[in-house]
Amino acid sequence: MNDLLPLIADKYNYWIYIVLMMLGLYAMIGKNNLVKKIIGMNIFQTSIILFYVSIAYKKGGTLPIIMGDAHGGGHAAVHAADYINPLPHCLMLTAIVVSVATLGVALALAIKIYRQYGTLEEDDINHQIRMQAGQ
Amino acid sequence: MKFLAMIAVVLTGGLLIFHTGAFPDFGDANSPANTYLSPYYLENGQADTHAPNVVTSVLADYRGYDTMFETTVVFAAGLACFFLLRRKQKPGDTPRMYRHLPTGVTLHIKEGGTLPAEDSAVFRRLDSEFVPHQIIIKNTCRIVIPFIQIFALYVVAHGHYSPGGGFQGGVLLAASFILYAISHDLRRAIRRFPEKVAALFGSMGVLIYAGTGVLCLLFGANFLNYEALAPLLGVSPVMARSHGILIVEIGVAFAVMAVIIWIYYNLSSAGKHDEGL
Repeated sequence: MNDLLPLIADKYNYWIYIVLMMLGLYAMIGKNNLVKKIIGMNIFQTSIILFYVSIAYKKGGTLPIIMGDAHGGGHAAVHAADYINPLPHCLMLTAIVVSVATLGVALALAIKIYRQYGTLEEDDINHQIRMQAGQ
Repeated sequence: MKFLAMIAVVLTGGLLIFHTGAFPDFGDANSPANTYLSPYYLENGQADTHAPNVVTSVLADYRGYDTMFETTVVFAAGLACFFLLRRKQKPGDTPRMYRHLPTGVTLHIKEGGTLPAEDSAVFRRLDSEFVPHQIIIKNTCRIVIPFIQIFALYVVAHGHYSPGGGFQGGVLLAASFILYAISHDLRRAIRRFPEKVAALFGSMGVLIYAGTGVLCLLFGANFLNYEALAPLLGVSPVMARSHGILIVEIGVAFAVMAVIIWIYYNLSSAGKHDEGL
């Protein structure tokens, strides 16, 4: 019990991302409606973004924008421990825009499927495909 | 099916929870992710690229190759939406609603009926579903949209010194156009920013990015090594990297803006570009 409490308290960012990830994964696999699957995919992406941004954090660190004379060319020594890690932020910045773009493509496919089958429920679509294959 | 999904999810979650004990603590400055490469960026970023915002210098300079393909992915998503959804249709294919402005009469014209001229001053095209005339929303958006666009340009141009850059500014610009399309109607937004312009801007943005890289190659340096542009821009190599970041960010802003507007046009009207949200 004495080992468990710091494990939970010191690593709580991981618990949050794991819970969000499981929610998203369950929605992607278990839900029947395609739009709900797409929402699950978005929750999954959000959990990954949260994971990356949380590992970039340093206690006592500030934004990765170097303070001081903006036009001085950075002559003063910079201590890396004072600023949070810029690399995961940079990766997630592009990931957010790409996730919007993939969301657009997923919704376009959903519209296309709705036009073809008249429904977004997966079992109805599978039923219709089986009926067509049987004839 | 639901049971199997639950088992798969619980197994994945259990595996992750089981190994979480080996991960570094939250906010640990000495964790592996924070020790190897990122201190170099923080300590030398400003001296190398003259950009105090380290995220920008990592995005567009150190990892410029990666960001170029991210931009390409965004552009490819716009093209995919276009090819999946876009349907050309002739003006008489679907029923349309018009209002005769002098009398206020609403006309429903069936398939194959005679339509008034596109720029007719007497007839105004209406959406087939009733939309009330929302004067407060329209005027508020008319006032707010120019400020959103100026702020977006600021975010693009000031990405070196404050949080911002091409992706964020491009999304803000796209949001201003989408706000216009929602507050007025889709046809008017498409008249302001046609589909062809969106396609042109999207490809132009990617071209600016890749073209900068090719220009560096022509000057004898590596792909996207902006130091090679110093003689062309007439500045020192460090300032050339700073200017190179700005050029590339402008390309990203063009591509992201055009692609998000394009995706919105295609999704909101299911590819007809006729009536939308």
